[in-house]
Amino acid sequence: MVFAVQRFPKPEFETGYLQPGTLLPSPRAEILAAMDVAILVLALSVISWIVLKKRSRKGVFWMSLFSLIYFGFYREGCVCSIGSIQNITLALFDHTFILPLTVIAFFIIPLIFTLFFGRTFCAGVCPFGALQDLVAFRPQKLGSRLNAVLGMVPYIYLGLAILYAATGTDFIICRYDPFVGIFRFNASFGMFVFAGILLISGIFIARPYCRFLCPYGVLLNWVSRFSRRHITITPAECIQCRLCEDSCPYDAIDIPVTTKDPENRKIRVKKLIWISLLIPFLTFAGGWTGSRLHITLAGVNSKVRLAEEILTPAAGQGQPESLGLTAYKSSGKAAEEVYSEASEILDRFYNGGWILGGFIGLVFGWVIAERMLSKWHTDYIPNKGACYSCARCVDFCPVKTDLSEIKHEKT
Amino acid sequence: MPTRREFLNTLVRGSILAGLGLLSGALIFRKGKERECGFDFNCKNCPRSNDCLLPRPLESRQMVWQLDPSRCIQCGRCATDCVLTPSAVKCVHVYAMCGYCDLCGGYFKPGTKVLDTAAENQLCPTNAIKRKFVEDPFFEYTIDEPLCIGCGKCVKGCSAFGNGSLQLQVRHDRCVNCNQCSIARNCPSGAFSRVPASNPTLLRGFDQKQTTTNIKQ
Repeated sequence: MVFAVQRFPKPEFETGYLQPGTLLPSPRAEILAAMDVAILVLALSVISWIVLKKRSRKGVFWMSLFSLIYFGFYREGCVCSIGSIQNITLALFDHTFILPLTVIAFFIIPLIFTLFFGRTFCAGVCPFGALQDLVAFRPQKLGSRLNAVLGMVPYIYLGLAILYAATGTDFIICRYDPFVGIFRFNASFGMFVFAGILLISGIFIARPYCRFLCPYGVLLNWVSRFSRRHITITPAECIQCRLCEDSCPYDAIDIPVTTKDPENRKIRVKKLIWISLLIPFLTFAGGWTGSRLHITLAGVNSKVRLAEEILTPAAGQGQPESLGLTAYKSSGKAAEEVYSEASEILDRFYNGGWILGGFIGLVFGWVIAERMLSKWHTDYIPNKGACYSCARCVDFCPVKTDLSEIKHEKT
Repeated sequence: MPTRREFLNTLVRGSILAGLGLLSGALIFRKGKERECGFDFNCKNCPRSNDCLLPRPLESRQMVWQLDPSRCIQCGRCATDCVLTPSAVKCVHVYAMCGYCDLCGGYFKPGTKVLDTAAENQLCPTNAIKRKFVEDPFFEYTIDEPLCIGCGKCVKGCSAFGNGSLQLQVRHDRCVNCNQCSIARNCPSGAFSRVPASNPTLLRGFDQKQTTTNIKQ
């Protein structure tokens, strides 16, 4: 393609005409990006202090409102920790992709805070969570079975997002981001409907995006299980009053399992054998299915699509030529080059399909295993993985102070 | 005395922390294939730091979206696919390349007989190009940026019949810098890419440094 040819020479003006300069506005100053990271760290510190030390639901509420306004409506949602998964993945697979330090910070810092304090990020820093928390007026219990089934979706979403980011195809988390259009007041019709469905169903099913879609929540869930500290329902000993039982809108309170050994040894061994056979089988079956689907999965990749269009021209049947084909023709690229690029991407999708399918199968097996094996514990405790540290349950506990500590001070 | 479970938890926590540290360290300090610096990555003493296109190694290396006019086929999606209305992509006039033609391929519809500013003669659907007489036979063309929707009709005309001084660019005072640019996703020629925020324009065919004014926001 010929571009920018000097067909007409620059005129020599005689009237003293001064040629104006072309204005090129600069992007947002880099110092402001550093400020975003500073505010992220500050917000995480404050929310962790509110949750763990102050144990105040009101504090969590005001903090989440601040984050909704700053990270949501002021910063307009980009870059967020959820989306940063894709940037990190792409950077790991594509060495020419340059990763800004702020993106690394937005990915790593909430994970580190979660590792020490539980998912306080979800409680009061993530604007998505804050928005949904505001509308959770009439939360209903879903039941553990439905929770487990729907809870599988984020793993699939995470796997797909990583596959598409690693192959340089698309950032699907950003593409199907329901709330960024609300933060910017310019959602497309489809996304507006999606956000509407989430927010209206969010009145009854609290935080539907966080629980049944959020891919970053998967990572936070894993990390939070090993957190050093975590919000507790009671400041001292649980008195088994059952007042907090229905307080959690997210079904994240584990009720006591008091029978220590509900079944005899024989059944238990049988179960363990079942699980140890089931998990490898599901992993392999998932991987095999994923690899069979790799051509379907790769269908959305623009390079693969272009190669298909070159191979089977649709223009012959009276249809207009696609813009991608027009662009390819004007670029003067050889068809072989496009084919080799496309087949390389298909190879990646084949391997990625195995890994993605295997991962989904493994998660399936894991969820089944977790439900088969009961874990003995006596108290009402927040499930460290699923709890968003919103501190609602704290107000339901009649035990207000740790009596043992007071005694300790007196002596 | 920690229980066995607490000990295991601490162990896993430590390894997660180490893993996160390794990951971020690798991502921060790695050297990509294309990031070869003829100097020593120490930009302070570099004689060429002003026209360096490499992202700086340890600065914040913010990236912004930009489109490469030499790959653009003026399909019109910039006008329709941006999350903003009107689009953050606008036509930019590089005066230094302009031939100041009376019969401007970017201003007039092909086949226009009378070269005047009548609406039916104009290529621009929003009347965003202003034509002003300078001296015989030269005319100055200015983009009224608030009116421009970034459709690229004038760009097509100018690059087909003129010098190619009209070029589409992402305007960074408008662009909200989405993590994944929605125009980039649908651009048929792959003209969009992330460029360093310190050097955020991709105008083609002339020396940028001499003929443009950068305005800081």
